[in-house]
Amino acid sequence: MSVIAPKFRLGYFLKAIIDNIFWVIILVTLIAIPAIQIVLFYMDLPVIEGELLTAFLAFTWLFDPTRQIPLIKSLINSDFFRIAAFPGFGFAALIAAGTIFVERKMLAKLQLRVGPFYCGKVEGLLQLAGDGLKLISKEIIIPAKADKPLFWVAPILFVGTAAAFVSLIPVAPGGWVVADLDVGLLAVFAVIGFFPIITILSAWSANSKFPFIGGIRALHQMVSFEIPLILSLLGVVILTGTLNLSEIVESQASFPWIIFMPIGAIVFFTAMLAELERIPFDLPEAESEIVAGWLTEFSGMMYGLVQLGSYVKLFAFAALFVTIFLGGWSGPIFWPPLDEQIITEGVPIPNFEGDPVLTINTPGLPLFDEDPNEWVQQKRGEIEFTSGQLFFSGTIWFILKTVAVIFFVLLPRGVFPRIRIDMLLHIGWYKLIGLAFVNIFIALGLLYAGVLGPEGFL
Amino acid sequence: MTEQITPNSNGQMPPGLQLEKVDDRIMTLNVGPQHPGSGHMRIIVKIDGDYIVNADPDPGYVHRGEEKMAEVRNYILNIPHLERPVIHDSCNILYPYVLGVEDLVGIEVSERAKYIRVIAAELNRCVYTQYWLAIYGIFLGHSTMFMWPAGDRELLIDLLEKMTGARVTHSYFVPGGVRNDVPPNFEEVCLRQVNYFEKRLKEYADIFYDNPILKARTEDTGVLSTHDAIRLGTTGSVLRASGVDFDIRKKEPYDVYEELDVHTNVLKDGDSYARSKIPWLDMLESCNIIRQALEKMPKSGSIRTKLKPNPKGGDEEVFRRVESGRGAAGMHIISKGQPQPYRLKISPGSFRNLIALPYLLKGEKLGNMPAVYWSLNYWPVEADR
Repeated sequence: MSVIAPKFRLGYFLKAIIDNIFWVIILVTLIAIPAIQIVLFYMDLPVIEGELLTAFLAFTWLFDPTRQIPLIKSLINSDFFRIAAFPGFGFAALIAAGTIFVERKMLAKLQLRVGPFYCGKVEGLLQLAGDGLKLISKEIIIPAKADKPLFWVAPILFVGTAAAFVSLIPVAPGGWVVADLDVGLLAVFAVIGFFPIITILSAWSANSKFPFIGGIRALHQMVSFEIPLILSLLGVVILTGTLNLSEIVESQASFPWIIFMPIGAIVFFTAMLAELERIPFDLPEAESEIVAGWLTEFSGMMYGLVQLGSYVKLFAFAALFVTIFLGGWSGPIFWPPLDEQIITEGVPIPNFEGDPVLTINTPGLPLFDEDPNEWVQQKRGEIEFTSGQLFFSGTIWFILKTVAVIFFVLLPRGVFPRIRIDMLLHIGWYKLIGLAFVNIFIALGLLYAGVLGPEGFL
Repeated sequence: MTEQITPNSNGQMPPGLQLEKVDDRIMTLNVGPQHPGSGHMRIIVKIDGDYIVNADPDPGYVHRGEEKMAEVRNYILNIPHLERPVIHDSCNILYPYVLGVEDLVGIEVSERAKYIRVIAAELNRCVYTQYWLAIYGIFLGHSTMFMWPAGDRELLIDLLEKMTGARVTHSYFVPGGVRNDVPPNFEEVCLRQVNYFEKRLKEYADIFYDNPILKARTEDTGVLSTHDAIRLGTTGSVLRASGVDFDIRKKEPYDVYEELDVHTNVLKDGDSYARSKIPWLDMLESCNIIRQALEKMPKSGSIRTKLKPNPKGGDEEVFRRVESGRGAAGMHIISKGQPQPYRLKISPGSFRNLIALPYLLKGEKLGNMPAVYWSLNYWPVEADR
């Protein structure tokens, strides 16, 4: 029989990991450290507190908690960090990259093949980086009769809109959201409503037949599924009485809304698949009918940007599902694992003179505590958890739930064929809108029966 | 009372108004040859909104002049290039030629060679149909159905490699028998492989043929009535999906097919779903035929009757046809006493099924185009010859 893939051998696996570590060390030693040294050597060094800030001193500061912790804390509380790194685009792009990897490997397992295997040596981990490099190095070809400004700006707008969507999602308690709006859900609807415009603009500006058909299909699909998408979330809004996403999450501290509104969750999930153009609703990119739909004329990194945008959008929709129906960050506090002695005593950190200037009850937590004295209050029993603990635990719950939802979004791709545009519109306009209204009536019934809502007994 | 606006004597409308012409509504799409939804051919599709108003198949991109080439090569040298049109089904496309040359030259084939031919032909039918099914899966957006048949096909190809020595272009059938004998333990290996293959085929039903979305998409699309199927001259799975019990293996049995129990699968619907299901049922039937042939095959004996070097036919014509993976495949050989045919005409099933395409696509939605087109069991290279 033919050999499909090499057999798994622990020795090869370990060798591959060690090889990767080797290359990282080589590159850091040869490139990164000399670069830092050159910069430090030629820099005009200031005098701080009577000391010349040498490179050595700067490095020692990084290991001095009294200097390091406030520095990093001010960084992670800055708007730039929030937009670019943690609850914003960087976090979303990281999860999007993981999603692509998991999708390829999972589909491969489902289809009895191996998937990406060689690039990165360990199970094709670096395949995505390789694909990205390839896309960057390719020539960008623009159709001769295209509307060039619109055609150029469409992929960037697509990624930007996806990032704007991500910025509205609360990740952890304590304001870990880029834009904490009182009309958060309305802002989400507004951002979602922007996607069809970008799609039709790019399709129209390419001035080509297949993108045009794909754009028209995408427009039909997104507009007709936006209505059940919005209606399915109204039940939650009726019961919570707020549009603020953080408050919607806080309202689910004891139970998630999916228990009372499974119909709304199903409607939202289906509409979400259609909005994301994933199989079985990938009509705008139907390969065998219209080549690649509205993506046909994009080449090189423009195509890469659209793909990045669509996976960031996938993360954002999954996160919205988690926020509205699955309780967002709420869940039992389980991380960091707390030792009793650490809770009561804390870990004292001395400075260079040997005086214990800082006491850290759990490693890493002071960075994320809003008030540095929270651990003292916790020790006295005034508060149950520090905000750092809430942050870590909330983030982990959020990621776990989002990854689970993403898994269910990816799964239909291996099981279902593509459906047709008339069947799609029939599902959108008849079935899903009807079910969404059923969901709203259930919510109203629960509200007026006094079970749930502001006056409810639950 | 409203006044009707009409163009004046020059055919012009009043200022600011324009009469919409039919051409303004219609968009012409060139589906192929550089299109993921076409083979090596082009379909010029005219659409009005989402509806196809006209479809014009344009084959001929891979025309190789096989028939002309056959006129300048002798009967043995013709074998390798005549199987090129369908390399996945190379045994079956070569079968009518070999039978025809045997009639011309007038030699007998041993019983064992006939059974080996049947086994190779049925295995090849499965290999071709698996390939076809994989493409049908990906045309409908079902990527698992693309990978599963393509992977299971490898096992059959490995079996055929053991049997014939080549993976796809076997050149296995020669006038007078087969080129070489099967390996010693072939029977048990083949039986094991075929049983496994049949088990896998039944799993395809779970994920593909019983899938509600697939049924909703392909049922009642591209319906070909029994009358039209006969009138347009379709053959093979297309004809059987329209309710006509027509199988060359039953109607004009060749080699040892009359000694085997061949069951013909017929469905009455005539839609894309029936056309896609018939080849799958045929593969299950092929497994039965292979098992029967393995049982009845003589365990030893001659496999090839020796021919004279450079054989010549008499002054006569011969037409033989067999049931290939795409329907009746016939070859018409005219001999004028030369060592090469005077004229060779190939009548492939693909081209005859393609004729039905414009009739089926008219009035369908654009989204149905791949589902209808590939359900015709059409192989572009074979149609172009």
